Amino acid sequence: MKVVTWILAATVLVAGPALAATPKDTVVMAKAIDDIISLDPAESFEFSGSEAVGNIYERLITYDLKDVSKLRGELAESWSAGADGKTYTFKMRKGVKFHSGNPMTAQDAAYSLQRAVIMNKTPGFILTQFGFTKENAKEKIRATDDQTLVIETGEQVAPTFFYYCLTAVIGGIVDMKTVQAHEKDGDFGNEWLKTNSAGTGPFKLVSWKASESYTLERWDGYWGTKALPRRVVVRHVPEAATQRLLLEKGDIDYARNLSKDQIDAVRGNANIRLQQAHKGSIFYVSLNQKNPTLAKPEVREALKWLTDYASIEESLLRGLYVVHQAFLPKGFLGALDDKPYRFDLAKAKALLAKAGVPDGFSVTMDVRNTFPTNDIAQAIQANWAKAGVKVELIPGDGKQVITKYRARNHDIYIGSWGPDYQDPHTNAETFAMNTDNTDATKSKTLAWRNSWDIPDMTKQTQAAVKERDAKKREATYQAIQREHQRISPFIIMFQQIEVAAHTKDVDGFVMGPSFENDLYAGIKK
Amino acid sequence: MTSLPVRVLWPVARVAGTVTLTFLGLLLVTFLIGRVVPIDPVLAAVGDRAPVEVYQRVKQELGLHLPLWQQFWIYLRKVLAGDFGRSVLTSNPVLADIRRVFPATLELATVATLIGVALGIPMGVVAAVARGRLADQAIRVVSLLGYSVPVFWLGLMGLLLFYGRLGWVAGPGRIDVAFDDLVTPVTGVIMLDSALAGEWEVFWNALSHVILPASILGYLSLAYVARMTRSFMLAELGQEYVTTARIKGLSERRVVWRHALGNVMVPLITVVALTYANLLEGSVLTETVFAWPGLGQYITSSLLSADMNAVLGGTIVVGTIFIGLNLLSDLLYRLVDPRAQ
Repeated sequence: MKVVTWILAATVLVAGPALAATPKDTVVMAKAIDDIISLDPAESFEFSGSEAVGNIYERLITYDLKDVSKLRGELAESWSAGADGKTYTFKMRKGVKFHSGNPMTAQDAAYSLQRAVIMNKTPGFILTQFGFTKENAKEKIRATDDQTLVIETGEQVAPTFFYYCLTAVIGGIVDMKTVQAHEKDGDFGNEWLKTNSAGTGPFKLVSWKASESYTLERWDGYWGTKALPRRVVVRHVPEAATQRLLLEKGDIDYARNLSKDQIDAVRGNANIRLQQAHKGSIFYVSLNQKNPTLAKPEVREALKWLTDYASIEESLLRGLYVVHQAFLPKGFLGALDDKPYRFDLAKAKALLAKAGVPDGFSVTMDVRNTFPTNDIAQAIQANWAKAGVKVELIPGDGKQVITKYRARNHDIYIGSWGPDYQDPHTNAETFAMNTDNTDATKSKTLAWRNSWDIPDMTKQTQAAVKERDAKKREATYQAIQREHQRISPFIIMFQQIEVAAHTKDVDGFVMGPSFENDLYAGIKK
Repeated sequence: MTSLPVRVLWPVARVAGTVTLTFLGLLLVTFLIGRVVPIDPVLAAVGDRAPVEVYQRVKQELGLHLPLWQQFWIYLRKVLAGDFGRSVLTSNPVLADIRRVFPATLELATVATLIGVALGIPMGVVAAVARGRLADQAIRVVSLLGYSVPVFWLGLMGLLLFYGRLGWVAGPGRIDVAFDDLVTPVTGVIMLDSALAGEWEVFWNALSHVILPASILGYLSLAYVARMTRSFMLAELGQEYVTTARIKGLSERRVVWRHALGNVMVPLITVVALTYANLLEGSVLTETVFAWPGLGQYITSSLLSADMNAVLGGTIVVGTIFIGLNLLSDLLYRLVDPRAQ
């Protein structure tokens, strides 16, 4: 025990100066940010990256965070769609300055969108799906004068579809002159913009150290309401227990990745508050239709009745997910709140008998070895076993499970899906479209990954994205979702809610429906 | 008949040959492991949602459509030219990444080894002298605990007690946010940089951050060093020259600490060097619990994402450390070996 005394003595000696609380003008967050690979808006596509970019850059238009169906101008003051259904004209806001001090014009907007199309990084499809290509970008997206931006889409689409896509991170407007000055070998300044900022938003980027931290600083020349904190520091703290400890000690203002147990634990702490918002992520189980048993309609339905949604939420996910059973999450145009399924053993057994497997069957499920996926998988395993369905869980690393899923070699996949942009088509396309069920297809949607061949529903979904009447469009998506709930091989179970815990001395962090809407500007300390 | 240049050059060439072969083998094995794990490295680069065209383009860019041997050959040629490639995860050159994460590990590992050696060797000696008595038993319990307690649990408990409850040390991370970026990095080791710059407040803060994770890692090496010292010392104390020294009337303290300990220094140096090298690889669990952005976290997360450039780069660094420390301990033998003096 001598050593312990020695160590104690040693720690006393070096305790040194008293611990500093976080500086008054600086907001400090602990968050897992090792997913960031770039802070260039034309390239960033990860949750944490989106959040940072959303505070640095602004887009032409955005939506009301409380009611996503209401669009409003951000860097565009007004906009209109032409009678041909393809030409869109944006009038730019005057008096907006970039972090460099350069005035923002329609030229910058045209350059930013052209750049995103031509570079065509991972999120590039959000724009290229409107018919823009490397070759035609400069002609289809153009500034006719300093205040006017004209964009021509390839074919007629629902205007709302185009607008919502422009609200995505990739629609962020960059400072043309600054970015061009940092261009290397025709890379559109991508290399430089990964770790630097050239936007108009309320914050500019001071530094980003991969898997360590990023720091934002208030942009005092901001055209709108200026940000309250002078600095925001987001530190990579991968361990949730560590985040909680830091928060309780007051060494950070916000803990962003607390797990359910920690949320329950801090609930009783008078110095800590919780805030939450619905996020777009959907948690689901999918059944590969290459497996002949899973391909039987009765089996698909039976498994939906065999899953105990309510008790999984209650015992595992409280504060992280809520029950949701349609592919459009709350906060989207056309979202459906119907929850037709609950745990019903008798119904499930009857359906299994009808399918010719009255005593159940054996099947495998590939499970990402992280919370909450493996916990939910175990709960489902227990649920289904009640009707004799024996699930063998195959644990794996995330990338490994995804590789197998994309190769369609799984029986059952369990995981989450987050929308790519704030338009219903993003989820409709992946859950309810499969244009070509062969291995050679170009469009590897989730429906394709589960080998679910659905020519009729694919047509319906394709039609919805062209519907010019917003009300009719909404109704079509709801009809597709009802059918989808009934017949699809997807057991959609939960919608994510994001919870942030903060000390009682700070407030004003805004959490919107998408990660780029998590805004720091209003945080008061 | 061997001429002088041959006598000098031959051992040098032999060492160089061994080192080169070791490196080649190391690289080849790591490279192959990276290619046989069931993870698609293209997905790691472009993400799960990338459309087919982007996927194909990146696959070409990464050279993954080529046969394996060709991929390895290209990689080898680049490494020889000093180009370790780019990490997919951080999109930085691997060398720049390692330059960033390694100092954090170096800082932690060095303090940990100092603690381990400063406490472990005396404990081992005491245990050997008091063989079978209470002190020996107590030290055995302490070092067995060091072996068997999971390090992440120890880390969390340490944080809870010394940081959470008692407030004796600073929390996770390398430095308080208030002191962040105050000192321009020269070596990247914050304690060294701040001392060089005369920023003592930063120095104390960094020390207060490092002391807990280093004590926990140090405890592990302490356990090993103490046990090894004990068994070396036991063997040494049974030697005839020890008896002779005692008969000659030398004080017990001199016999133990000077003569016997002096003779076990040579094998001990190997033990310490290996412990140090192990810590320099980075310790994933400790780094995760303490939000310490070091080499362990870097290599592990790269490996899990099939980010092979980063993994291979990290492997070369770790390999260099082991080989370097081995050569160094060979040199140190000559300095401390009484026969060489």
